[in-house]
Amino acid sequence: MAEDALNRDRPADSGPELLRMRGIRKEFPGVLALDGVDFTLRAGEIHALMGENGAGKSTLIKVLTGVHAPDSGTIELDGRPIRPRSAHDAVALGISTVYQEVNLVPYLSVAENFVLGREPRRLGRIDWREANRRAAEALARLEVRVDPASSLGSHSLAVQQMVAIARALDQNARILVLDEPTSSLDAREVERLFEVMRRLRAEGLGILFVSHFLDQVFAVSDRFTVLRNGRLVGELPARGTTRLQLVSLMLGREVDEETLAKRPEPAAPAPPMVEARALGRRGSVEGLGFSVAPGETVGLAGLLGSGRTESARLLFGADRADRGELRLDGRRVRVRSPRHALRLRFGFCPEDRKSSGIVPNLSVRENIVLALQARRGWLRRLSLRRQREIADRFIRALGIATPDAEKPVGTLSGGNQQKVILARWLASEPRFLILDEPTRGIDVGSKAEIERLMADLRKEGLAILFVSSELEEVVRNCHRVCVLRDRRQVGLLEGDRVDAGAILRTIAGGGEDA
Amino acid sequence: MRRSLHPTVWAFLAWLLLLAVNLAFTPGFFSVEVRDGRFYGSLIDVLNHSSPVLLAALGMTLVIATKGVDLSVGSVVAISGAVAALMVTKGQAPLPTVVAVSVGVGLALGLWNGLLVSVFGIQPMVATLVLMVSGRGIAQLLTDGQIITFQDPGLASVAGGSLLGLPNPVVVAACGLAVVAALARWTAFGTMVEAVGDNERAAHLAGVPTRWVKLGAYAVCGVGSAIAGLIVCSYTKAADANNAGLYLELDAILAVVAGGTAMTGGRFTLVGTVVGALILQTLTTTILTKGVPVQWTLVVKAVAVLAVCLLQSDQFRRTVLARRLAA
Amino acid sequence: MKAFRRSNLPVWATLAVFVLAVTAASLRYEHFFSFDVFLNLLRDNAFLGLAAIGVTFVILSGGIDLSVGAMIGFVGVFCATLMNAGVPGWAAIALAVALGTLVGLGMGSLVAFFDLPPFLVTLAGMFLLRGMALVISMEALRIDDPLFQALGHSKWVAPGLLLAVLLLGVYLANFRPFGRAVYAVGGNEQSALLMGLPVRRTKVLVYALSGFCSSLGGVVFAFYTLSGNANSGMTLELDAIAAAVIGGTLLTGGVGHLFGTLLGVLILGTIQTVISFEGTLSSWWTRIAVGLLLLAFIGLQKLFQAGRSETP
Repeated sequence: MAEDALNRDRPADSGPELLRMRGIRKEFPGVLALDGVDFTLRAGEIHALMGENGAGKSTLIKVLTGVHAPDSGTIELDGRPIRPRSAHDAVALGISTVYQEVNLVPYLSVAENFVLGREPRRLGRIDWREANRRAAEALARLEVRVDPASSLGSHSLAVQQMVAIARALDQNARILVLDEPTSSLDAREVERLFEVMRRLRAEGLGILFVSHFLDQVFAVSDRFTVLRNGRLVGELPARGTTRLQLVSLMLGREVDEETLAKRPEPAAPAPPMVEARALGRRGSVEGLGFSVAPGETVGLAGLLGSGRTESARLLFGADRADRGELRLDGRRVRVRSPRHALRLRFGFCPEDRKSSGIVPNLSVRENIVLALQARRGWLRRLSLRRQREIADRFIRALGIATPDAEKPVGTLSGGNQQKVILARWLASEPRFLILDEPTRGIDVGSKAEIERLMADLRKEGLAILFVSSELEEVVRNCHRVCVLRDRRQVGLLEGDRVDAGAILRTIAGGGEDA
Repeated sequence: MRRSLHPTVWAFLAWLLLLAVNLAFTPGFFSVEVRDGRFYGSLIDVLNHSSPVLLAALGMTLVIATKGVDLSVGSVVAISGAVAALMVTKGQAPLPTVVAVSVGVGLALGLWNGLLVSVFGIQPMVATLVLMVSGRGIAQLLTDGQIITFQDPGLASVAGGSLLGLPNPVVVAACGLAVVAALARWTAFGTMVEAVGDNERAAHLAGVPTRWVKLGAYAVCGVGSAIAGLIVCSYTKAADANNAGLYLELDAILAVVAGGTAMTGGRFTLVGTVVGALILQTLTTTILTKGVPVQWTLVVKAVAVLAVCLLQSDQFRRTVLARRLAA
Repeated sequence: MKAFRRSNLPVWATLAVFVLAVTAASLRYEHFFSFDVFLNLLRDNAFLGLAAIGVTFVILSGGIDLSVGAMIGFVGVFCATLMNAGVPGWAAIALAVALGTLVGLGMGSLVAFFDLPPFLVTLAGMFLLRGMALVISMEALRIDDPLFQALGHSKWVAPGLLLAVLLLGVYLANFRPFGRAVYAVGGNEQSALLMGLPVRRTKVLVYALSGFCSSLGGVVFAFYTLSGNANSGMTLELDAIAAAVIGGTLLTGGVGHLFGTLLGVLILGTIQTVISFEGTLSSWWTRIAVGLLLLAFIGLQKLFQAGRSETP
C-alpha cells in the first residue's frame, strides 16, 4: 500500500523548487541523526515534515537553519549552494524559523520584538512611533490587531507566534520553518494560523511545517516528507494519501510475519495490581483507563504529543491527577509526588533521559542507587560496599558498558545511560514500572536487551507500563494497549486484538472501538 | 569528562607553592615552638585565623553544591556575636548556654534563607540578600549600636584558649569539618545535595526530597556562620555589629570555589574547601610576615580570584590551548 | 512615550511607596515637605544614585556588579592623590572616570569572552579597587582643590549630574539599540543570539557603563566629602542592588526601569532622612527597613512573575 503512496511525481500545480537538500548526513557521538536525507521545498507550498521522536526532524531543521553543520550533503537555495553557519546567517539568506516556544523576549513590547536588532532611527534615537506603526501594519496584514506597545508576554502564544512570523516576513523570509507551532494553540487559533499560512503560500513562500497532529497536517499541507530513524522513508503528496498510509510510514510497519506472530507470553491469572479509571488532569490528558496485573505489560500507543508522557507522569505523581481514580491492589490511592510513588513501589524511567533522567556528573554507582537511597531516607545510607554490590550486579545483569562503576554517567552512550536509569529503578525493587520510551535514541542491540529485560521482569511478577513509538515493540511486549489521540484515550485493545493494524487504525481515527 | 586534573589538586599545588615560597624566603615560617603547653608559630596562626572562614565555608560548600549561594554569612556572624556578647554581659550566662543560643539563632536564620529558596522558589542570591542587608541592622538593634566588650572568661576562651596545644578555633573548625564531613559522607545527604545541584529535575523524579535537601544546606550554613561569629567576637572580646564578619561571605565563597567546587553546583569537595580557606589565610599571613605592606593583601587576593576563575573556565583553557597550538 | 508602558507595575508600586513615605513624613514633621529637603535628598544620595544607575544596567543584562562600592573609595583616593601632586581638578576627574570605565570594560570582557561568573569577576574587581585604594593611601586625604571646593559647596551640581546621567541612561536604555539589546540579553540570551543581537559586545559595554557611572559617583562623593578615603562606599554595592530591586528591577534580568532605580534610591534616602528627623530612632532601623522593603518587593515580583509559571 505504502508503495503506491511513494509518488514522487511533481503535482501539476507545484511552483519552482526553492530549496533542495541532498544527502544530508549528521552524526552525533553515538547517534546517526540523519543518514543521507533529501528534502525539497517548492515556492508556494506547505510541506509537512513528519516523523516520531528521534526521526531526525529537528536535526534536519537545525541543519537548514544553520544551528548544526552537516557532516556531508548539499543545500541549494534557488539552485545556488548555501551553507548557513548560524541562525543569523540563515535569516539573512531568507530562512526564518518560528519555534513552538517562541524565541522572542517576552518582557519587551510587541513592536520591540518586531524591530529588535534593526530599529528605525530618527535624530539619533529609536523612532518608537515608526516602530509601532511598522509593527502594527505588519501584524494587521496577518489580521492580528494588538497594541504594539503592549508587552509581548501579556499576549497568548498564538499572538506571539504571529509576531514572530511578522518579524520573519519583515526580514524578507522566503522560507518559513514552523516547528510545532500548533501544540499550544486552541482550535480557533490554529485555524487562524492556517489561514495565514495559506495566504503566505499564495504569496509564494515555501513553508516547512512540523506538527504531530494528523488532522492539522492533512488540513493544510500540500506534501509530506516522512523521516524515520534518521532516514527518508517517503515523500508524498497530501492529495490521495490516506492517514493510515502516513501513520504506517511514520511508525514503520515492516510486515514481517515472524514479528507479527510474536506476542508476550500470557501472564498467570491474578487480580489487577494497578487500575486507572478515567484518570486525567486538566490540560494534560484525559480518560486514561486500564488495568494491569503482576506479570503483565500495558502499552501506551499514540503519536508524539498524543498524551503518552503526560499519562506516565500522572501515574507516577510527577503531575497530580485531578479527575478519575487510580487503584493499587484494589485500594484507591492518590499519588501525591514522585516520593510518594516511590514508597508505593512505583518506578519511572522518564522520556527525556538528559533533562529528567540522569544526574550526569554523578557516577554510575550513585545514579543506580539514587532511588533506593531516596526511599530509605537520607539517614540510612547504603554502605559503600552495598552500593558497589548493587551497582556491579546491575552493570552485569543489564550489560552496562562502562569501565567501572565510578565513571560519571554523562560520559556513557545513550543506550547505557538508559540502562543505568532502568537499573536505578530496578534497584528500588518496584512492583509497577513505568517505562516512557526506554528504547528511544539507542542502538538496536540495546533495544533488544531492554525488551529481553522486560520479559524477565514480567516473569518476576512486575507490572509494567510501556510507552513506545515503535509499534512492533508495543505489539511484541504488551498484553493490552491504550491508544491515545489528542491527549485522550481513544481505545483499549486487549489480547488477540493487539496488532499493529488495529493500533494504527485507532490512532488514525478510522478503527475506533465500538 | 575529567580530561584535566581535578581543580582541588590545582588548589593543593597552589598551596604547596605558597608554602614553598615561604620556606625559601620567610625565615621561621615553619618553626613551631611550644610555650606553656601550647604551639606557636606562623603555621599555627594560619590555622587559627582561617577557622572562621572555614566554618562558614563548610556550609557554603553544601549551599553552592545545590546551585545556590548564601550572601548572609557576614550578617549571621554579626548577629551571633551580638547575641553571645549580650548574654555574657547582661545575663552572665554560662558558656554552654551562650553557644547553644547562638547556634540556635544561626540555625533559625539559615532555615529562613532555606525557606525563601526552597519553598518560595526565590533566586538564592536575592533571597539571602534580604538577610545580608537587614542582618547588620538587627545586630545593631541588639547591641544598641554599641561595640559590646566583655571580659567573660568562658566566651573569651572560645578563641583564646587551647586544647592539646592547639588554639581552640582550630579545634572547633576541625570538629566542624568532621561533623559536616560525616553528614556529607556517612549519611546520604551529601549525595542528595550533589544530585539536586547537578540535575534537580532528575533528582526530584528519583524521589529525592529536593526541598528538604536545600533547606538542610542553608541550615548547615547558618549554623557554621553562627559558630564563626562566636569565634570572631571572642578574638577581640567584643561584638562589633558593623564590622564583625564584614565580607566574610565573599571569602567563604572564594574558599569554596578556589577549592574546586563549581558555582554551577553538583559535585562538591570539603577537602578542597579546607585547602581553599588555607590558601586565602596563608596568602594573608605570608604578606604580613614578609613585611609586604598590609594594604597589598586585597590586591593579591583580587589576582588570586581572577587566576582561580580563569583556570576553571573551559572557555579560557580552550582559547589559551588554541593559541598555543596555533603558535 | 509608549515605551514606558510595558510591565511597569512594580515601578508604580515603588512610586506609591515613595509618595506614601514622603506624605507620612510631611504629616509628622513640619519642615519635611520642602524643596530644600527634596534637593538635599538628591544631593546626599547622588553618588549612590549614580552607582545604582550603572548597576541597574548590569542587572538588566542578567549580570551583577559588586565593585561599585570599592570604585567610590578608589576614585576618591585617586583624585585626591592626583590633585595633591598638582594635577588640576578637571584632569583628575577625567582621568578617574576614564580609568573607572576601563576597569569596567576589563571586567565585562572577562565575563563576556571567558564566560566567567559576573559574581566572581566583579568580586575580584572589588578587591582590586579597594586594595589599590589602600595601596595609594591608607589614610583619608583632604581635598582642597578649588574646583572640588566649588562643586562640593554647590547645591545644584550633584543633583544636576545625577538627573543628567539618569536622562542619558534612559535615552540609552529606551531609545538606542544598545539599550534594547541589554533588555533582550537579560530577558532571554538565547533568543537575543538567534535574533542576531551583539550579545558579547552588549555585555562588555554594560560593565563599562557601570564603571563609568560608579566612578562618576566616586567623583561626586569626593567633592561632596572633600576627601578621599579608601574605605568609602563600604557595602554601597548592596544599597545599589537593593535600590534597583526595590525599584522593580528583576535580578534575573530583562525587566526594570531606571526611574524605578531612582525611586529606590530616594526611598532609601527618605528612610534615612526620616530616621534622622525622628532623633529617637537609631540608624540601624534603616537597614532593617530596607531589608523588609526588599522582602516585600521580592514578594511582589514573585506575584508579577506568577503568570509565567516555571516548573521546577
